[in-house]
Amino acid sequence: MNRPVMLDAGAPHTATVVSRTQESPTIFTLQLRFDDAALQAAYRFAPGQFNMLYLYGVGEVPISIMSDPEERGVIGHTIRAQGRVTQGLAALQPGDRVGLRGPFGRGWPLQDADGHDVVLVTGGLGCAPVVSVIHYVLRRREHFGRLIIIQGVKHAEDLIWREQYDQWATLPDTQVLVAANEGAAFWPWHVGRVTELFELASFDPNRAVAMMCGPEGMMHVAAKSLLARGLPESHLYLSMERNMQCAVGRCGHCQFGGAFVCRDGPVFNWGEVKALLAHKGF
Amino acid sequence: MLAHPDPAGFLPLDQLPELLSLLMRQGYQCLGPAPEHGAIVMRPLQTSSDLARGLQAEQAPGHYRLTHDSDNRYFAWAHGPQAIKPHTFAPQESVWQVDRDLAGVLQFRPVMPEPPLQALIGVRACDLAALALQDAHFLREGRRDPQYAQRRERLFLVAVQCAVPAATCFCASTGDGPTPTAGYDLALAELAEGFVTVAGSEKGAAVLRALNLSPATAGQIETARQQGEQAAAVQTRSLPGQNLRDALMSRLEHPRWDEVAARCLACGNCTAVCPTCFCHAETDVPALDGDSSRHERNWDSCFGESHGYLHGFNVRSDIRSRYRQWLTHKLATWHDQFGRGGCVGCGRCIAWCPVGIDLTEEVAALTASEVKP
Repeated sequence: MNRPVMLDAGAPHTATVVSRTQESPTIFTLQLRFDDAALQAAYRFAPGQFNMLYLYGVGEVPISIMSDPEERGVIGHTIRAQGRVTQGLAALQPGDRVGLRGPFGRGWPLQDADGHDVVLVTGGLGCAPVVSVIHYVLRRREHFGRLIIIQGVKHAEDLIWREQYDQWATLPDTQVLVAANEGAAFWPWHVGRVTELFELASFDPNRAVAMMCGPEGMMHVAAKSLLARGLPESHLYLSMERNMQCAVGRCGHCQFGGAFVCRDGPVFNWGEVKALLAHKGF
Repeated sequence: MLAHPDPAGFLPLDQLPELLSLLMRQGYQCLGPAPEHGAIVMRPLQTSSDLARGLQAEQAPGHYRLTHDSDNRYFAWAHGPQAIKPHTFAPQESVWQVDRDLAGVLQFRPVMPEPPLQALIGVRACDLAALALQDAHFLREGRRDPQYAQRRERLFLVAVQCAVPAATCFCASTGDGPTPTAGYDLALAELAEGFVTVAGSEKGAAVLRALNLSPATAGQIETARQQGEQAAAVQTRSLPGQNLRDALMSRLEHPRWDEVAARCLACGNCTAVCPTCFCHAETDVPALDGDSSRHERNWDSCFGESHGYLHGFNVRSDIRSRYRQWLTHKLATWHDQFGRGGCVGCGRCIAWCPVGIDLTEEVAALTASEVKP
């Protein structure tokens, strides 16, 4: 798995908000650029990694990187306004400054996916850590087999990037399956649980790699379904979330069993975490 | 004790001040045990007469009392509430600071402590074992914690063999005591008339040579050895093995977790006195003038409300899951991280638990029965 050079783990670096997009009533995207041009030029990340975003005087939050890894000019973060820091970040406008450090953690196993069908199963804002995988695959289309994009949301209005899902659905060898537990007028996709769509996904389980990100309950059901179809467990990956304050495996909050999710993850092979995922409270 | 190539010396009782003044002349601030608010704490020493003498620390679940030692020894107390941890991993410190100018431009800079050279007098074998674990965490290859490293490099450690363990001690069972075997600069074994003294580092050997002691006799060395054996033999508590990983991880739904959760107050005292716990919270402290903000870290506890916080919910909302997190990390998954368990048998979590929860008793209850499928 990719481990690009990491910036130092100490103090953040100053970055400027280049643009801000409101994706849904509570979800927004900030495109950031380091003020230090050399830093921006040197910055590399692997899909699935995250940055620590710092809001002046308030604190830091871990946010996955949603931009295209080939895009060198800006670094994108799609965020839900939920707590003290993210609600403050939501109020930022282009030109405002934040602190930025990263990238951190282990990204998706894209080298291992070479030559395979790629099955992406996401729920809610779990689509954000995975969208860079979609960009990555679409840029190297000949390296991969079918691309299956499965996304579930609670309410139809929670679905962000609707035009992109529509556009991806028109691409060859690409299947887009979207579900909302609660639909809305003109909702073109499935109404119900996203797990009900799995059987529609058309891929070769013997030559596929699956990557999941979303609520742990959803990932459990998805894993069961994918494994039942014959996907080898070694080809099933997920991205985990836990409280993260230092991002370098030091502060202890993100521990999941013996793993520090920020450092050893956030992407894990299913086999590494399945035993503990069966128990609530870790 | 693990002898440095230099032979053990014998430091007569009346020459203890010379050790302290030698360290002070070398620039060390000497910290040693002193009674404060009814407990042994590490305090700056001016002379060896500031060293607590004739005290024992009576400890039991939820109980700590200083009592009189009839032999009037210097180190007859087992330990106080804190080990070496506060002197390397500060309970509260700033790690970086940010200044903001009128245009909103941010300037970040790291904040480094400027600790004095410090000599800690009277650290125990369990404390040294815990320090080695903290080192493994904070000085991990490729990811050294600069603040921790700064303090750690300036420590001179004078260890003392435990001759009078507390009732809560079980270092013999974890393999970490009561006699120091590694990790010290100097180690003392207190006998009636003085100290068998050995060096464990080049720094320590230099101090030992400067003291110009006469060699310890074979009889004194043998007395010290027997004293260590005796201190191990009198320990009544123990863990049922040094690797409890599988034993605990196969009992994650054991009813005992509910039972202990009903008694546990989730106060976090156990994690505050544990010499190996390393969790810390990072928070921002903005200045009142709005022009700057300090990024601080403070010791944190997995028993706290916020430890498992995740965008709007808590992965460990009940005490059962927090106690289970603590115990399974300490005794089970610590093996995955550091190649050994995270408990050094000091028993502080037992003595300083306000309701007297005894880790050894909980582990015994958890592992007594066969695993239910």
